[in-house]
Amino acid sequence: MTRRPDTLKETPSQTAGPYVHIGCTPNFLGNTGIYPEDLGARMVNDRTRGERITITGTVWDGTGTALRDALVEIWQADADGLYPSPEETRGAADPDFAGFGRSGCDWETGAFTFATVKPGRVPYPDGRLQAPHVTVWIAARGINTGLHTRMYFADEADANAEDPVLARIEHRNRVPSLLAQPEGNGVYRFDIRLQGDHETVFFDM
Amino acid sequence: MTKGGFIQRDRAWHPPAYAPGYKTSVTRAPGRPLISMPTTLSEETGPVFGRDMLGPRDNDLILNFARDGEAAIGERIIVHGRVTDEHGRGVPNALIEVWQANAGGRYRHRKDGYLAPLDPNFGGCGRMVTDAEGRYEFRTVKPGPYPWPNGVNDWRPSHIHFSLFGSGFAQRLISQMYFEGDPLIWQCPIVRTIPSDAAVERLIAAQDMTATIPMDALAYRFDIVLRGRRQTLFETRKEGL
Ligand SMILES: [Fe+2]
Repeated sequence: MTRRPDTLKETPSQTAGPYVHIGCTPNFLGNTGIYPEDLGARMVNDRTRGERITITGTVWDGTGTALRDALVEIWQADADGLYPSPEETRGAADPDFAGFGRSGCDWETGAFTFATVKPGRVPYPDGRLQAPHVTVWIAARGINTGLHTRMYFADEADANAEDPVLARIEHRNRVPSLLAQPEGNGVYRFDIRLQGDHETVFFDM
Repeated sequence: MTKGGFIQRDRAWHPPAYAPGYKTSVTRAPGRPLISMPTTLSEETGPVFGRDMLGPRDNDLILNFARDGEAAIGERIIVHGRVTDEHGRGVPNALIEVWQANAGGRYRHRKDGYLAPLDPNFGGCGRMVTDAEGRYEFRTVKPGPYPWPNGVNDWRPSHIHFSLFGSGFAQRLISQMYFEGDPLIWQCPIVRTIPSDAAVERLIAAQDMTATIPMDALAYRFDIVLRGRRQTLFETRKEGL
């Protein structure tokens, strides 16, 4: 066991299990009357600045079956690259943008969906600009520790080419697993593959 | 001192993604190594949810789904504790969401077909935000154990699911709380995905007689540790970032 001086160990993770909706998206489940609306259900309103986009996709297991019991969360900067968070020190983010979204998966198809805006660029710790990206977190039955990944935009080739995080991926043929594909009308498709030849890159940060 | 990035996760302490005793993990575990990266603003910031979002009964599972004048059935309990970071400092304004089965081990969920009945007065979900010292508290009924399809005769110990947000999205955590003295804990394949007994012990809440409400409710204490940030005079960062 690793010993760290004067530090506590993090509480160990456990799977979210099949009933995660009861606690995290009760209205989506149909358990109405406890919370007025599900957390992360609305990221934008009429006044939100920026280019409106829809992110949609499916989480696939190693057999090619869609997960219909996953919880997908996203966290992203506003259109100017500012985070609506107390930890953001560079300026005030758009007050009409939540930054956080949470989606259950369709009970039949497994599709998740977020209505949001395209994020601006955010600096890496050394000051270089990262390409526009969305942080994605996946929890589900059978996932023992929530999986962190990132969604980039396939139509941002120049920014992606200089992105310091994408540059860390040694096997370049895995980079496309992080690129959401534009499908027109502001829709971007981002499928997440937990295993297999086209397995999504997941991060340990 | 500047506020640094998050301390890396000790992956040997958490359950591995591939844990064949828990069969569903086999087809849902990434097969390739995780790509390591330092935390950036994208992971060091995170959504913070204010108390103004909360309803007065959000942390009272005995009443928050009950009809007027009625209450959930089961052993009445208080669960409380403190959320700290790895340096032992309280984490204020952390959103905690909980969900659980009713006293008979049945979930209010379309996918749960266990023959134990639903309690019409129990929804099984609650939420709260930690105070300035990181403390939280909620009231509920003790959930029952339940069988689940994994091995032919696997049972989940009584447990409450917890979801936590800290100040940075890198701290995002989902886990489960168990109850002191439950013999099912050590037989559970989901518990056993955790490599060490010492780590499992961290998920077992102790009965806390100091927090019971006499003639009303027993109490359990469950402290939670989220990832901490590095603290150093020597961060490799540009000025102003
Ligand atoms: Fe459970």
